[in-house]
Amino acid sequence: MPHAARRLLPAASRLVLAAILLSAATFVLLEAQGVAPATSLTVVTRDGRRPLQTTFINNQEFVALDDVAAMFQVTVREDALAGGVTISYKGRSIIASTDQPMAMVAGRVVTLPAPAARVGRRLLVPIDFLTRALGPIYDQPIELRRPQRLLLVGVADAPPAATPPAATVAPPAPSADGAAAPPPAAAAAPPPAPGASPSSPALLPGARTGPRLQTMVIDAGHGGDDQGVRGPNGGVEKQIALEVARRLRTLVETRLGVRVVMTRDDDRAVTPDTRDAAANNSKADLFLSVHVNGAFSQAAAGAEIYYLRLDRDGEAVRRNAAATEIVLPAVGGSTRTIDIVRWDLAQSFHVDESAVFASMLEEELRKQVPMSEQPLRQEPMRMLAGANMPAALVEIGYLTNPAQERLLQSSDFQGMVAQAMFDAVVRFRDRLEVER
Amino acid sequence: MTRTRLWQIGATGLGVALVAWGASRIVERVVAPPPPPGAATPAPAAPASVPHIIATLYYASSDGRSLAAVKREVPLAEGVRAQGREILISQLAPAPVPYVSLTPSGTKLRAFYVTDRGDAFVDLTSEISTEHPGGSTRELLTVQAIVNAVTANLSAVQRVQILIDGKEADTLAGHVDLRRPFERRLVVGGRRR
Repeated sequence: MPHAARRLLPAASRLVLAAILLSAATFVLLEAQGVAPATSLTVVTRDGRRPLQTTFINNQEFVALDDVAAMFQVTVREDALAGGVTISYKGRSIIASTDQPMAMVAGRVVTLPAPAARVGRRLLVPIDFLTRALGPIYDQPIELRRPQRLLLVGVADAPPAATPPAATVAPPAPSADGAAAPPPAAAAAPPPAPGASPSSPALLPGARTGPRLQTMVIDAGHGGDDQGVRGPNGGVEKQIALEVARRLRTLVETRLGVRVVMTRDDDRAVTPDTRDAAANNSKADLFLSVHVNGAFSQAAAGAEIYYLRLDRDGEAVRRNAAATEIVLPAVGGSTRTIDIVRWDLAQSFHVDESAVFASMLEEELRKQVPMSEQPLRQEPMRMLAGANMPAALVEIGYLTNPAQERLLQSSDFQGMVAQAMFDAVVRFRDRLEVER
Repeated sequence: MTRTRLWQIGATGLGVALVAWGASRIVERVVAPPPPPGAATPAPAAPASVPHIIATLYYASSDGRSLAAVKREVPLAEGVRAQGREILISQLAPAPVPYVSLTPSGTKLRAFYVTDRGDAFVDLTSEISTEHPGGSTRELLTVQAIVNAVTANLSAVQRVQILIDGKEADTLAGHVDLRRPFERRLVVGGRRR
């Protein structure tokens, strides 16, 4: 036995030493990658709350795709040859790049704060992936509330937790080089005080804590059997409107990181109610409808911007906005105030802001494209009446004017129009932020 | 014949002429009320045997972007509803030279009603929508022409709603909201308030 022990001891020592060295190597490797210890988000669904582990890499918070797959029932498939990973959900797919900070979501490019990263055998994506990439193809709305460390899935408001929520999980302490520092918003999020009421500010139902412009609806006019205006040389309104709308979407998504909902992204007929529903159901913050005009004379030319003219009923709703508020009980014993208003009068609350947005559109378009003699108009436009957010309609030119028809069909002109509208959106977003 | 007798004959003739002129003016005013200010010169007269009024109808201006108010003779009819029908039938007819009609050819008036509260319903055939060439400007002008034709000529009408084939419609061509009645006399080309 003593002889056997003498032979075993060096072997055990070697195993321990190897384990220590392996741990040290892993630690050094992770440190070199800027990986901090894990923290978590709280995922709130109708069924309850669950933690979702996250990891900070170079100041960016990531979530593992295998965790996402388990929680959201998506399938993940890595394509090493193409340098990306495909995430599928009910026939819809996302292709996330491991080289570039972007993903292709149902054929549309969405920017992300960082490319997908590999840590060991696991693939990780920035947490913004959940709202920007997964959100548009998922069955239920996904909203990230960074200060509260909450991810709301299919619920408008977070019910108060019986136990301290994940916000109490201490984020990793910043290292000397700041590599593992959490985002300022996360660091600033205070844990709920013991005994805090359900309506404490941190968990106010419906409180908007993110940017004021989070979602924008772009409405390409007409479509399907409804061609819209037709020009003397074959120009068709529905095609031009869709081209410009797509260009604007790309600008807004890639440069502003704002979620864009298109009322149509191909040549299909869409009813006015469906267009308004797309805007209201997605809780959009801004609505812009793109059209091409027609006149009874070929001489008419130039862009025009419309916002809604209220009739007697609409003015009454606008004047008595407070009278439409009712207080309802919310989950957890708190209350929430909602406005009850007829669908076709929804714009009444926003017509002043719509006028501001329309003015910005006029000013920005004027810098880039020819304008009509009367470019800013307030009329009873059907598409704007039911939008429960600031809304405007742009007629980018007259297709009945042969010279304008050539312009409207040119790629350069369409790009200029989209850029001008984008500039107006940026100004309006900045105005919203100042008003916060 | 004395000088006094001659003066008496002259004065009597002048008086008769004045009375005849006055009577003709009165008859004209009774049959055709004065047109609103801004209306253009009346179009050629209808056959003299048909009693008529002078109504203001609306067409596209030469630049194609605004309304031109044109005075035209419209057959006289009994009551607001019947007179409204005659006005709308004339509005839907081809425009006089050099104006351009704002309603698609083939559009017919199916019915015209006015309630006791002054709400008028103009029921048009589907051509008003299916044959409309589209565009916000054209659609606004078409709606304004119909609404103004009713409200400018029938003081009893306070609001106008356009129906298509007897039903409420969303729009004519995708732009102007037809679900709600239009107030008396649409402002042509409303500007920023």
